[in-house]
Amino acid sequence: MDFTDDQLQRYSRHIILPEVGGKGQARISNAKVFIVGAGGLGCPVGYYLTAAGVGTIAIIDNDTVEMSNLQRQIAHSVNTIGMPKVESAKRTFEALNPDVKIIALQKRISKDDILDLIKDYDIVVDGSDNFPTRYLVNDACVIAGKPLVSGAILRFEGQVTTIIPGEGHCYRCLFEEPPPPGLVPSCQEAGVLGVLPGVIGGLQATEVLKIILGKGDILRGELLVYDALKTIFRKVKVPKNPSCAVCGENPTITELIDYNEGYCTMQ
Amino acid sequence: MEEIVPEKRINIKGLVCPYTFVKAKLAIESMEVGQVLEILLDYEEAARSIPKSMEDHGQKVLKVEKINDTDWILLIRKDKE
Repeated sequence: MDFTDDQLQRYSRHIILPEVGGKGQARISNAKVFIVGAGGLGCPVGYYLTAAGVGTIAIIDNDTVEMSNLQRQIAHSVNTIGMPKVESAKRTFEALNPDVKIIALQKRISKDDILDLIKDYDIVVDGSDNFPTRYLVNDACVIAGKPLVSGAILRFEGQVTTIIPGEGHCYRCLFEEPPPPGLVPSCQEAGVLGVLPGVIGGLQATEVLKIILGKGDILRGELLVYDALKTIFRKVKVPKNPSCAVCGENPTITELIDYNEGYCTMQ
Repeated sequence: MEEIVPEKRINIKGLVCPYTFVKAKLAIESMEVGQVLEILLDYEEAARSIPKSMEDHGQKVLKVEKINDTDWILLIRKDKE
């Protein structure tokens, strides 16, 4: 890849790293990443991947920006309240790095279109805030064989795991079924420390870059749990479940499921 | 001693850190193991830092020479992909 003078300056701190170099930066520039959600997690993930120069970033979300988002959703601002979140994020990311092609999809991802939406992307990032989407994205990535970097946050606690279909565990190996509606409170009900998605989203973006570069150890077969109140990171081993309903030896889930009914999916 | 003939030459006069090393590193990346890169530069700090960084990255520094009042020549052999 021939870098322009601007690109040499922009990516100089990457190019200097032995693990990245010009070749690694070229891989980053050629990568295509699909981000589910333009909220607490999607904002920092998209922001840092844009800064890193990921070639194409798609971001999907159906919501519009509200004042209550601004405590943690750093791609949005008072100037974009009322605007679709994906459009607000696209403007922010494009202002940061015009090298990156941002594709804004203002819609709710569904079992009918997810496989088609992700098919041209190398890596999927889940920054969704609800269980129906989380399981839908997991199942679709397993079926499509796409690496998935999954993150979740609530109150003062966050989780990250990286799912490489065929190699490690999937989300259902960890939690077989979504919890019943109402059992696990949403951020709206339980609250969330505004900086927490910055930590978890930053970890997700790091996992994405390491997958692109093929360097270091990713959270394959592991769940990283962060307790912000106690300042503790814990890594939990997550074995692949041979009888997993979607990634096991005899999968019973061969078609995507919409769990939407009964769940409050309001922001 | 046998004269070393570099396979590639770059002139990075006028550049300062970190772009001196960025340019040198990109040049080394584009070469084959065993080939020699000649770097002409006029930023004194880089005459010290490029050889150090190249060695940290596993490359071999063959020569660091001040050739006049302002310029240095470095010869770096690519030992590591």
